[in-house]
Amino acid sequence: MSSSAQHQSSDKATNYYVPSQSIWPIVGAVGLFLMALGAAMWIADGAAQYSWLLFFGAVIIVFMLFGWFGNVITESMTGLYSAQMDRSFRQGMSWFIFSEVMFFLAFFGALFYARMIAVPWLGGAGNNGMTHELLWPEFVAHWPLVTTPDGTTTTAMPWQGLPLMNTVILLVSSVTLHYGHVSLEKGRRTETKLGLGLTVLLGIIFLVLQVEEYIHAYQEMGLTLSSGLYGNTFFLLTGFHGLHVTLGTIILFVLFCRVLKGHFTPAQHFGFQAGSWYWHFVDVVWLCLFVFVYIL
Amino acid sequence: MSTDAAINTGVSDDAHEHHDHKPSGFFARWVLTTNHKDIGSLYLLFSFAMFLTGGAMAMVIRAELFQPGLQLVEPNFFNQMTTVHGLIMVFGAVMPAFVGLANWMIPVMIGAPDMALPRMNNWSFWILPFAFSLMLMTLFMEGGGPNFGWTFYAPLSTKYSPDSTAVFVFAVHLMGISSIMGAINVIVTIVNLRAPGMTMMKLPLFVWTWLITAFLLIAVMPVLAGAVTMVLTDKYFGTSFFDAAGGGDPVMFQHIFWFFGHPEVYIMILPSFGIISAIIPTFSRKPLFGYASMVYATASIAGLSFLVWAHHMFTTGMPVAAELFFMYCTMLISVPTGVKVFNWVATMWRGSLTFEVPMLFAIAFIVLFTIGGFSGLMLAITPVDFQYHDTYFVVAHFHYVLVSGAIFSIMAASYYWLPKWTGYMYDDYLAKWHFWCSLISVNILFFPMHFLGLAGMPRRIPDYALQFANVNAVVSIGGFAFGLSQLIFLVVVIKCMRGKGERASAKPWEGAEGLEWEMPSPAPYHTHTTPPEIK
Repeated sequence: MSSSAQHQSSDKATNYYVPSQSIWPIVGAVGLFLMALGAAMWIADGAAQYSWLLFFGAVIIVFMLFGWFGNVITESMTGLYSAQMDRSFRQGMSWFIFSEVMFFLAFFGALFYARMIAVPWLGGAGNNGMTHELLWPEFVAHWPLVTTPDGTTTTAMPWQGLPLMNTVILLVSSVTLHYGHVSLEKGRRTETKLGLGLTVLLGIIFLVLQVEEYIHAYQEMGLTLSSGLYGNTFFLLTGFHGLHVTLGTIILFVLFCRVLKGHFTPAQHFGFQAGSWYWHFVDVVWLCLFVFVYIL
Repeated sequence: MSTDAAINTGVSDDAHEHHDHKPSGFFARWVLTTNHKDIGSLYLLFSFAMFLTGGAMAMVIRAELFQPGLQLVEPNFFNQMTTVHGLIMVFGAVMPAFVGLANWMIPVMIGAPDMALPRMNNWSFWILPFAFSLMLMTLFMEGGGPNFGWTFYAPLSTKYSPDSTAVFVFAVHLMGISSIMGAINVIVTIVNLRAPGMTMMKLPLFVWTWLITAFLLIAVMPVLAGAVTMVLTDKYFGTSFFDAAGGGDPVMFQHIFWFFGHPEVYIMILPSFGIISAIIPTFSRKPLFGYASMVYATASIAGLSFLVWAHHMFTTGMPVAAELFFMYCTMLISVPTGVKVFNWVATMWRGSLTFEVPMLFAIAFIVLFTIGGFSGLMLAITPVDFQYHDTYFVVAHFHYVLVSGAIFSIMAASYYWLPKWTGYMYDDYLAKWHFWCSLISVNILFFPMHFLGLAGMPRRIPDYALQFANVNAVVSIGGFAFGLSQLIFLVVVIKCMRGKGERASAKPWEGAEGLEWEMPSPAPYHTHTTPPEIK
């Protein structure tokens, strides 16, 4: 690699852009550290000052995201990125979503294992007759598990009503987002704004209804995080999904602001695409939730 | 902050990348870096520091076990040592060492200017020191650090765990975030940044094995995150995932954990296969025998790794059909692994062998890893596993594959590429001492453990029955010797880094092939700024 060869190459637009040093990763690492330390100590110790540490870490992360994405956007708009760079971003985002799928799979796996194996065995299925006799002979295996082996009772969340409405809302939001995406590709900015704005709105409505559902569960149905395996899987699955909807809504809102600033072109709009993929993924997770947590 | 602001604008000084100048100043060079070679060095140095830290804990364990009876430490502290030793060696030593090698070598080997996402690469690394600070911090907290084994089985990690468990959980989360981002970077780099003409089936095997490893990482690290999250909620938020009283099942923890854990085992050995597949041909002066079969074997091992997790749980009372399924799937893995060992031996067959230190470690790897593989086959047999389960036989097995397997391959890789990294040859005399001391002591350390296990000595217990005393004393002596031997390696590395020794040529190994040997030693700060044409 002689230096003359490198100077020649600098004229070519196809060169892969390698950024110079950046402050943002270390800021992000410090932010994550403070969040982890704050959350862990808050949970383990209960002292309120640790919640401030968590909050402070989160502020640093938000600051880092603004700075980091700001750099990336500036670089992109000054034309430093090639089609190859775009592919790197796309592939990176796809693998990130795959990792999210596997995260949810762990909780779905717990749900399936409990329903198909753990609860029936506690009720004496297979060769577990003695388990049943010796531990909780009164226990009857059934799903939803509204009475746990140690006698905690709760009620199951019906799928009609709020959950069904939320399903419709999320499905419609995927359509409006796709509409915005197609409009962007055709260069119709007004329709893009409309589609994206509606999606953000639907996301917020979904979250409000979900909070409503949680309040209802806690106050009227006696369904809480600690009411046995049904409550555990219900709240962790819908809760982590809700966190992802929150994140997705924020992402889409940022994209909306960027569309207002005139950021994307029909040819180059990776940011929009990534946000859209993320939203559709969150939507698919909800469909699985609706079928396996609510209906079946 | 003013200098930082000037640095992080990124755009204005993009001309920077066309010079070969390293950034000046420690902070700018090492903390803000986006250079794959610097980040690779950071990973490697960090992993070595962790190797010595985890090693020190192993010394505490072996000192306590030198004689029967409680000698030096409290049982609770002993448990913390076994736990943190395991966690540090897995997540702090072996995995970061492989990521460091990937960072250094993959862009160089495939003709890429850097990793695909260089800033994220920096983030992946710098999360790690914070994560391990959290992990080590727990040892000084009230009630002590994690004492439930690195596998953190419920209810040991839920009902009976120390107050610091939440810190452990979030430390694991940080490690997972770091690993996933590192793995995404590796995959995207290999898929998207290969030089023109570098087709998939021309990739060096180290690159292939890392591609598959990265896939495994992205697939299973999130499952580990799920497992620790359920431990957290079970302990602090009243859930009962792993508590039968609420409808859960402690065995479910083991299923979730080992669904992560078994692919994790291959995450820690597949890159070794790539390293050995680079070194054996070089010093045999022959191309690798059966390149394509090596690729397919690696992929098969990775695929099978998702179907064998419950062989860690034969004694938990699973239905017989499940035990048989997992037994046969496990045994099936020996087929692609056998293909690999056969290919390495066939590569050496009638080659012009020389025995430089990387080759010595590589040959030791083949022999000792195979021993570990055979004891793995023994453990795979369900009925006999009932005898071996949770004994020192298991400890012997996984230390053969991880220490004389993974760690030996990392040593081999270090000696092989140190001239390329530093520009200086290692001290051959000291390196040979390091090899022979390690080889002899590692066998004194781990081989007798097989007999201890077969005779029924349980693992993770600070005391033992009197009849195990002599063998344990021998094992401990082997342990201390192995630990001390690694200090020789420390000296060798420091000498290379400080430029003591012979200057290395661009290609110090006569039989070596690959793009990394076509550039000067040490490798320039920026390489392949223009992609090379591969014929």
